[in-house]
Amino acid sequence: MEDVKGFIAARVAEELKDGDVVSLGIGLPTQVENYLPEGVVITLLSENGIVGAGAKPSADDASSYVVDAGGQPASILIGGSFVDSAVSFGIIRGGHVDVSVLGALEVDEEGNLSNWIIPGKKFPGMGGAMDLVIGAKKVIIAMEHTNKGTPKILKKCTLPFTAVKAVDMIVTEMGLMVVTDKGIELLEYNPEFTLEQIQAATEAQLIISPNLKKMAAGQ
Amino acid sequence: MAKLVSVEEAVGLIKDGNTVMIGGFMGCGNPHKVIDALVKKGTKNLTVLCNDGAWPEFGVAKLITSGQVKKLIATHVGLNPEVGKKMNTGELQVELLPQGTFTERIRCGGNGMGGFLTQTGFGTIIADGKQVLSIDGKDYLLELPLKADVALICGNKIDRKGNVWYKGTTRNFNVVMATAADIVIAEADNVVELGEIEPENVVTQGIFVDYIVDGGNA
Repeated sequence: MEDVKGFIAARVAEELKDGDVVSLGIGLPTQVENYLPEGVVITLLSENGIVGAGAKPSADDASSYVVDAGGQPASILIGGSFVDSAVSFGIIRGGHVDVSVLGALEVDEEGNLSNWIIPGKKFPGMGGAMDLVIGAKKVIIAMEHTNKGTPKILKKCTLPFTAVKAVDMIVTEMGLMVVTDKGIELLEYNPEFTLEQIQAATEAQLIISPNLKKMAAGQ
Repeated sequence: MAKLVSVEEAVGLIKDGNTVMIGGFMGCGNPHKVIDALVKKGTKNLTVLCNDGAWPEFGVAKLITSGQVKKLIATHVGLNPEVGKKMNTGELQVELLPQGTFTERIRCGGNGMGGFLTQTGFGTIIADGKQVLSIDGKDYLLELPLKADVALICGNKIDRKGNVWYKGTTRNFNVVMATAADIVIAEADNVVELGEIEPENVVTQGIFVDYIVDGGNA
């Protein structure tokens, strides 16, 4: 696959409904915006202070006064508004965000998520992630299935949690999974991989859905 | 009423060992002129509350590089490698908080509230040592207020009474920080006449602001 990240982002985009309030994390999740199905208009929340964020501005249009949650130049759509951080996180904790799409270092079969610290190695911080995964109605993890071959979908996260039992769905280049009471259920698989290959790349025991489908991003 | 002072007078109000809140998000909405003057003055052993460490050599990062910050309370420091370096050498302590909790604890500090309850961080190391309360079957952490000796904020237009209007995404933490410190110093991109900011558009009321510094961007 040439564009793994684009493939994942395109599949995540299919999960978004017209009118959803959506938060997209830095990196791969940001690309989801590029693949929205026709007729689906979302309100993008940038937790540093934009309700209704727009596309990345050209260098000429960029303003030092308008940045996104990665500190990069951003834009606001007509009908959008700027908010302070207290209002922004009120929106987030208050359940007013429909979908939060984030990356993960690890996710496990209970829906626990680790994505903010690698003790002794990396100490970037959680930013808004802990609030987003607690507050959003649906939490989608968009990430590559493994870290260069090492499984990221585990029986139990080994890194400090970002949140417990918070993840609803995981989308990778191998498939689409949901977290259930019984474990992680594979609903869709990418036919470029066999089910054996997908399980081999996953530490958690996958439950194969009786209605298993082929992954059909962007079709 | 807010008093217009020089940037040197303003930073003279900050003492060694003070706890200082600094508004802004990745430098956007940092009071850049006040920070530059504080670096020049060399005030030491500061505990700084700021969302992040910005980018190297930009905004609040300059205070970290200069070694004036003893402790940084933030939510994300991954984009300024200097923070990690100084942590490893023991020159800088860093305490990380979830961004919504950081903001709301400051809001509590400025709003006379004894704390607030949030599900954010429950079951994580953030919860260590914190009281858990169960309400309607859900577990919440009790998070306590944060206050400071001085808050350094930045607005695009500030009138002679200290009323502030913010441009773009610069509201961020400036709005809550303006309420939560003994001394509030507001850097104005533009100092404007009374009435120039319509009453409906005042975001931070002048009663919160003690000193105004003209950022001279007009």
